[in-house]
Order: sequence, then structure tokens, then C-alpha cells
Amino acid sequence: MNVRKLILVGLLCFGLIASANTISAQRNMMQIKGSDTLVNLVQILAESYMAKNPRSPMAVLGGGSGTGIAALINGTCDIANHSRAMKEKEIQMAKDNGVTPHTFVIAVDGLSVIVNEGNPVSQLTMDQIGAMFRGEIKNWKEVGGPDKAISLYGRQSNSGTYVFFQEHVLGNQNYSADMKRMNGNAQIVEGVTVDKVGIGYVGVAYVADDQGNVKKGIKILKVSKDASSAAYSPLNKAAVDSGDYPIARGLFQSTAGTPKGAVLDFLKFELSPEGQDIVEKEGFFPIGSGQMAENEKKLK
Amino acid sequence: MIKTKRTSFIRIKESAIRAFFFTNGILAVFILLGIFVFLLYTAIPAFREIDIKEFFTSKNWNPSSPVKEEYGILSMIVSTFLVTMGALVIAVPIGIGVASYLSDVAHWKVREILKPIIEILAGIPSVVIGFLGIVLFGPAIAKITGQSHGLNALNGSILLAVMALPTIISISEDSLAAVPRSYREASLALGASRWQTLIRVKIPAALSGIIAAVMLGMGRAIGETMTVLMATGNAPAFPSGFLSSIRTMTATIAIELGEVPYYTTHYYALFAIGLVLFIITFFVNLISDLVLHKFQEREL
Repeated sequence: MNVRKLILVGLLCFGLIASANTISAQRNMMQIKGSDTLVNLVQILAESYMAKNPRSPMAVLGGGSGTGIAALINGTCDIANHSRAMKEKEIQMAKDNGVTPHTFVIAVDGLSVIVNEGNPVSQLTMDQIGAMFRGEIKNWKEVGGPDKAISLYGRQSNSGTYVFFQEHVLGNQNYSADMKRMNGNAQIVEGVTVDKVGIGYVGVAYVADDQGNVKKGIKILKVSKDASSAAYSPLNKAAVDSGDYPIARGLFQSTAGTPKGAVLDFLKFELSPEGQDIVEKEGFFPIGSGQMAENEKKLK
Repeated sequence: MIKTKRTSFIRIKESAIRAFFFTNGILAVFILLGIFVFLLYTAIPAFREIDIKEFFTSKNWNPSSPVKEEYGILSMIVSTFLVTMGALVIAVPIGIGVASYLSDVAHWKVREILKPIIEILAGIPSVVIGFLGIVLFGPAIAKITGQSHGLNALNGSILLAVMALPTIISISEDSLAAVPRSYREASLALGASRWQTLIRVKIPAALSGIIAAVMLGMGRAIGETMTVLMATGNAPAFPSGFLSSIRTMTATIAIELGEVPYYTTHYYALFAIGLVLFIITFFVNLISDLVLHKFQEREL
């Protein structure tokens, strides 16, 4: 009886120690967390980096830009992915916690406004899109479409895309309460593919591959700055680079303090021509020379 | 001498065992109290800035609004009840029907096969069921009801009904099977048909168990998060019926708690929602307990 108990206690202790070990092993792994727009890209960057450096394991998680930045502030990740700039409040909170965030631009994303393939509307102005998502324009006929109610698809408030779109397209006004708050880019694409009168916004990489082939069932709208200027597609690389396409944004990674060791090495890989090739293959745009110089200044 | 030593040892062992079980019993009470106190403690600061009347009567929930922060939970309370009641309307008749079939109609071989299969249904992760809602039920509902999409309260109700069914069927069947054989024999001997026996004798006799089953199913439906989060569209607008997209209390907490800065009004308000949910489930359980007692008394 006593012997049995001893064995049981021994096994329990062993289990505890073993689980503690795996936890510490996980902590040695580089943790990258944040934007759902970036999660696929960074996953692939990490895989090709690990193929060459098998000794530095890393884990890439999604959850939204806000989640990633919160994790960086709380010290539970090494790199935060975010698709919007860090807010003043967040930088202050990080500093209060003893963390000085360093931010790098690793790719450029043309945010695409998508509708169902069957929708006859093919271009909109920024004002029209803003009014639709604020709930002021409720019917497609007001923008030259069929006489049908508009069905809005957006992200949830922990998403950087949600905040970016709110600031740059909605003029910092409230989203319509009727907008469906979806759980990620893929769910918006899924929703609009089925919904004949749907409209949504997603990172361009979620609806087109690097050849510019658009996902079946989806149409990417051309967007113009205002009624008098020309409309451009986010697939038009030159227009995104020059800023003629009005809803392009940088995609960021932030580190806690100056990057060191494996984190620094990984960042350098992402910004190298090889890393930027992957960025382009994944459907995003490589960063321009100005941003590259800015990054390199911070890496030193 | 030896004998008394042995009896005293047994006595000590006995009281030790009793103490052990008493601690276990009391522990559940303490955990419950602890949760309640914690919720109360983190929820109350919310009302330093939010008017409590506005909290319960305003339809607008918009804590991260750049224009004006609003904290009204009426829409999500109504949404939660809408989707739960819908689930019960679907699940209760089917559940009791299946339970009656299994206990009274089905051949025992059929029952032996069917019951475990139904119980396995309870083990399907809610994410999987939510996914079914997006790709299977959603488009089907859209087609049947002529809506542009199927991400609405009806979809959530159907999925929650699917999730509540195993509980309702399993416990109802158990209580129907526990009705003494003599009841059935007496009823049949008096010339009642099998249908009359089932409806007039067995189900009333098993009613307390069936009500408990329904209440447990309701508890599952009210607290379920992932499924409704995926399938109901999460539009925070006040619902106008089963075909509008809704956002429940659980979904709001799940979406926003991940990115909320700690110790802000928004953070406390989310816990206030949790407290309201806790009180609602508490009363559901209390009422079901009272109903159960009432029926048990009548039986005597």
C-alpha cells in the first residue's frame, strides 16, 4: 500500500517536473504574435529562415494586431506583428512596463475592397466606401448598382485592419452597427463569396496570388481618391508604390528594445532580398527604398 | 489491546475520509463564491463612469469608438435570449421525441447502437460546429429564406440546438427508463394504447428529469461562445428577428477581452457583462431547481 502510494507520488512529481521542462523549453522558442493579416506571411518567412537555421525555433501566432502589441507590452512575445501603427497610449504603456518598442516596416499591403463576383459595381470612391461602412449608404443603387440592400463585412475591434480602415476610410467615425464583425480575413472572403450583395475589406494577399489571379467568386474593386481622380486596383503594383491607390499601408513588426541575437538575425533575413522575394510571392508588396533605409538605421 | 487499537485506527480513517469529502463539497461552494466576488470586484468599477440605467437600457455598445464611447448591453441581452430560445424551440421537441423513441419504441439493439452515437455528438468541439454553421447551414438558410447570407440568429439557434440535443436526449431517456415498469404495465392493463401510455403516464412521471435535461441544455446554449461567435455574424445592432445578424454577450466578451487595456472602463465593463451573464445562469438554475421540487412534491 505504502509502496504504491510512493510510486504514485513519484509519478506525480515526475509529471510536474516534465511539464515544467516543456514550458521552459517553449519559452526558449522565439514567439511572434499579432496581426492576422501578417500571420501567413511571417509563418512562411519563419519556415524558410528555420530551414537554414534549425537551431533557432520559433512560433508564429495570430490573434490580431492589438493582441500582439499587448503581448509585447506584457513581455510574452519577442516580436509583435501589427498592421496599424502603434498608438501613443500603447507606446506609453510599454515604456511604463520597461519595454521600448522598436518598429520595422517589413512589407506593404494594398488593402482591397471586395464584392461578390456577380456584383456589377466595379469601382468606388473613398467617400462612397466610407459612407457605406458608416451605414449612411444602405442600398447598392446609390452607387450605381442594383436595387438591393448592402450587406457589410468587417473585422473585429482587435484587428489592426479594423482600426486602419476606420481611421483612413471612415474618417474616424463609427462603423455601422449592422456590419458583421468577422473573425479574420478568411471569414470575410468566405462571407462575400456567398453573399451576392456583400462588401468587405481584406489584405490583398487573401484574395489574389502573386500572379494577380483573383480568388473565384470575388471581385476586387478599383478605388479612387475622389470623384475626379482615376480609380486604381490594389493589384496594380505601380499604383500602390506611388500612393495612387489610396488604401495602402505598411505592415509592421515591433521588438522589445533593440533587436539582438536570433531576433535581429530573423529581421535581417526578412528585409534581405530573399525575404522580400517571399513577401512578393505571398501577394504583398516589397518595401520601398526610403522605408528600407529607415529600417537599417534602426537595426544598427 | 490490539483490537482497540485497530478500531481507533478505523475511526480515525473514517473521520479523515469524511473530512476529505466534506472539503471537496465545500470547495465547490468556495470556488463559486470566489468567482462571484471576483466578478463583482472587477465589475463594479465600471459604474464609476457608466450610468447603470444606460448600461441596461441603451442599445449601443461601442467602447472603442473614436467619436463617443457607449456602453449599452440591451442589444446583446436580447440577442442572447433570442438565440437561446430559438435553440430550445428546436431542441426540446426533437430531444423528447428521440428520448421517447429510444426508451419506448426502439428495439433494444437499436438503442444500444444509437445512444452512444448521440452521446458522442456531445464531444464534438464547438469550433467544428461553428464551422459547419459557416459552410453548411449558413448558405442553406440563405437559400431557403431568400436572404443574401445566413450569418444570423437562426443559424446560431440551429447550431446551439445541435449542441444541446445530446444532453437533452441522454438525460430524458435516462429518466424515462427510470419510470417503474409497473406504471407502464398498469396503464396497458387498463386498456390504454402504447401512445397513450407514453404521453399520459410515462412522460408526466419522468417530467422532473426531462425539465432538468432541458435546463441543462439551456445552460449550455446560453454560455456557448465559439459557435455563436462564428455563425451569427456579430453585428452589434439591435436584432429585428431571427434573420438579423446578432452578437451575444459571450461573443462580445470573447472578442474584446483579448485586446482591452487592463483596468480601463472598457475592461471593467466586460466583467460587468460577465456578472450579468452569471446572474442570469444562476437564476435559470434556481428556477429549474424550484420547478423540479414542485413536480417532485406533486408526484408524492
